[in-house]
Amino acid sequence: MQPVSPPPGSTGTFLLLLLLLPPLLLVPWALVARRRRGRRTPPLSLLVVAGSVHFIFAGGHTTEILRLLSCLSESYSPRCYILADSDKMSEAKIRSFEQKRAERFSNSQFTLDRIPRSREVRQSWTSSVLTTAYSILYSLPLTYKLKPDLVEESQILREQHHNQILCNGPGTCVPVCISALLLGLLGMKRAIIVYVESICRVETLSLSGKILYYFSDYFIVQWPALKEKYPKSVYLGRIV
Amino acid sequence: MKSVFVTVGTTSFDELIAAVSSPAAEQVLRSRGCRQLVLQIGRGSLQPAPQHGPAFVREVFRFKESLAEDLRSAELVISHAGAGSCLETLEEGKPLLVVINEKLMDNHQLELARQLHKDGHVLYCNCSTLVETLQSMDLSALKPFPPGQPEKFALFLDKVVGFE
Repeated sequence: MQPVSPPPGSTGTFLLLLLLLPPLLLVPWALVARRRRGRRTPPLSLLVVAGSVHFIFAGGHTTEILRLLSCLSESYSPRCYILADSDKMSEAKIRSFEQKRAERFSNSQFTLDRIPRSREVRQSWTSSVLTTAYSILYSLPLTYKLKPDLVEESQILREQHHNQILCNGPGTCVPVCISALLLGLLGMKRAIIVYVESICRVETLSLSGKILYYFSDYFIVQWPALKEKYPKSVYLGRIV
Repeated sequence: MKSVFVTVGTTSFDELIAAVSSPAAEQVLRSRGCRQLVLQIGRGSLQPAPQHGPAFVREVFRFKESLAEDLRSAELVISHAGAGSCLETLEEGKPLLVVINEKLMDNHQLELARQLHKDGHVLYCNCSTLVETLQSMDLSALKPFPPGQPEKFALFLDKVVGFE
């Protein structure tokens, strides 16, 4: 039988709100900061937040995001990848992708870092808030060190695991995004945040998507039904 | 339709494995020319016995590093509604029958399978209608699934950052 994952407890929701409140209050500031942004000249460093999937298939999030990167010109360099520390499958995929890219472009550069995942599969909502706060703290020096011009994220795709229904959750991209936003607000580095919702999301956003809809500069969806529901989003057709 | 590959991804879906290895399903599959049935059963507790008869072969395994080889050699793929399974099968250009696990009706993964069915790219049934679907299905009516266009994303990003 399939136990349903527990609904968010009221304490958990409260703590989550508390955690999200400072960035929420700073949103108008971020909007002003966005206006001041001018043209960029190449090269441009790109921060890529990859996620893990439990698929034995090569499908899923990291494959999706590497497909997006495959068409980017050599101006997007270096590419700094951030993975969850529990992600075992993505690194090999990224390394093989970068190896092919290095054959095409002589000046190709990339880095790879890991952060604690903010929410593990089946983790309770209350403790998720604490681990999310920890990942944000951990992400801050990293985003500061990398100082990306552009942050690109995509939904972390979760699979049903051990016979239990899982919900999508802010795994790696929410903490990185929030810390990038905070750095921007502190005036250290204002990165453009581009969120790409997974192809799997046809009518509803993932939890990461629901949060980052408000914090990203560009929010890309891949199905028209989502574009209708979320007017700020950008629909370019199917891009993976 | 000589070779049929059944996959449940990392999940368990005993009802599908039971339905597709039932005598009724095997009879329909054989009548449609199937000589080889490969079952990837994941975490399922039901593990049908392999068969190695001269006219019909049934292989059973739980997991593999990559299912690409099995997808490539199949002429029909029967899959759970997992997004990874569906997309990888369609990218291989294989006809796909998605079997819905009705115990997981509110699972978001169904969104994609439903949409792919609406757009005519996959066949869609549940465990109780599997046999009749296998009997009546017309694989030639399925529409090919065009590849996505990451170049549109690259153009968009170039515009965003001001590259020409």
